[in-house]
Amino acid sequence: MAETTQSSKPKVAFYWCAACGGCEEAVVDLAENILDVVGAVDIVFWPVALDFKRSHVEALADGSILACFINGAVRTTEQEEMVQLLRRKSKLVVAYGACSHLGGIPGLANLWDRKSIFQAVYHEGPTTVNPEGTEPQTCFKEDGRTATLPGFFNTVRALDQAVDVDYYIPGCAPTPKVTLAALQTLLSGNLPAKGTVLTKDEALCEECPRKDSRPEKLTLSEFKRPHQVLIDETKCMIAQGLVCLGPATRGGCEALCVSGNMPCTGCFGPTSRVHDYGAKALAALTSIVESNDEQEIDRVLAAVPDPVGTFYRYSLPSSLLRRKRTAA
Amino acid sequence: MPETTIPAAQIAGDKFEPKIVAFFCNWCTYLAADLAGTSRTRYAPNIRVIRLMCSGRVDPQFVLDAFAKGADGVLIGGCHPGDCHYQEGNYKALRRVRMLKRLLKEMGIEEDRFRLEWISAAEADRLRVAVNDMVEKVRALGPLRLQVPPEVFAEEVNA
Repeated sequence: MAETTQSSKPKVAFYWCAACGGCEEAVVDLAENILDVVGAVDIVFWPVALDFKRSHVEALADGSILACFINGAVRTTEQEEMVQLLRRKSKLVVAYGACSHLGGIPGLANLWDRKSIFQAVYHEGPTTVNPEGTEPQTCFKEDGRTATLPGFFNTVRALDQAVDVDYYIPGCAPTPKVTLAALQTLLSGNLPAKGTVLTKDEALCEECPRKDSRPEKLTLSEFKRPHQVLIDETKCMIAQGLVCLGPATRGGCEALCVSGNMPCTGCFGPTSRVHDYGAKALAALTSIVESNDEQEIDRVLAAVPDPVGTFYRYSLPSSLLRRKRTAA
Repeated sequence: MPETTIPAAQIAGDKFEPKIVAFFCNWCTYLAADLAGTSRTRYAPNIRVIRLMCSGRVDPQFVLDAFAKGADGVLIGGCHPGDCHYQEGNYKALRRVRMLKRLLKEMGIEEDRFRLEWISAAEADRLRVAVNDMVEKVRALGPLRLQVPPEVFAEEVNA
């Protein structure tokens, strides 16, 4: 290695792509535990917190970073370049958080494409004033100077659709407990199988505090949205008619949302036995509608106005269909 | 899904031949297909039948997987309401299908590409009519082209 004075502590890097910043917050949320982490590792790159540049990463030897934690989906060419660079420099690449793991909320943009997104944002936005119809360009020249912007992909990808990923830490955002346990696992050197999602591998209902209130035969005659009901704080969400995706979602978050009296929206994604989260969530909820009549079933299901946004809220890019079909 | 089972002529020919994956219940629609065979009923050869114990066994994942791997249409055949061998498997199928249809529409997959039919073991002719009708409708829609080899995926990302 070039720098001889570097400590022998394992090197760790953090990077963000198309994300809200909540995952960065989640790392800081480790609170005093972060001191143990910082004590055990050398952070060599972390744009949100430390002043390292891309050139510093480029100067590192390939494979010299032990683990790189990348949050956010891959939306732009810059993000693709950065994750490819970090992949080269890192022994382990960890997809951190739902966007990186499954595509996340930014992944819902796969219901549109570059053209329709630019149309909505730069031409049709209610507060947009753009008489010349200007759109962002990847390269712009004026007075002999050149300004560049990253390219905007047509399709949003989860991290593993852009580079090889070793482990996943799920959640929107991952909880401090899940994060810390995953860090300890990685630093212990006792590595699980490649591709492992570093938390429990059973449905959320298993750890739900309201598990015992679930009726023997769970049926639904009406879907209700959280603002339409006073949610009973002790009773199973689905038994109250709420769209709770716990049955289809991986546990490990300790049922944080349910404990806060809100139904699960599925941010931890599927368990390892499931290939398509949304399909499984859809099956879990619709099968229990208490009617055998087509019209009545349609009436009950109409209370879920947006099936893709409900069942694929965090996972559209990693679903079997990945994006809305582009006209052939 | 092994692509080798599709005759090269169907791919190379200028006429589009839809590939339709059909999930048939062991107790009714599969027997109807059997009956259609023994009674020499002719119907479009575009369906690839997969026999399941019940239409309620059709996980929505199977349907999406079929589309993602190159099917132009998916047909589910189950027992008539009230006739399910397992009491209410077909009702479960119906509930999932009603929502899945809406989801597929949102994802840009036309409604005629996905169909649920109740066909009893005695209704070979109903099977013939349903399959022929579906094949014609899907043929009119054209190929779905969802199967994505890596180089096409890159194109889709960059577009």
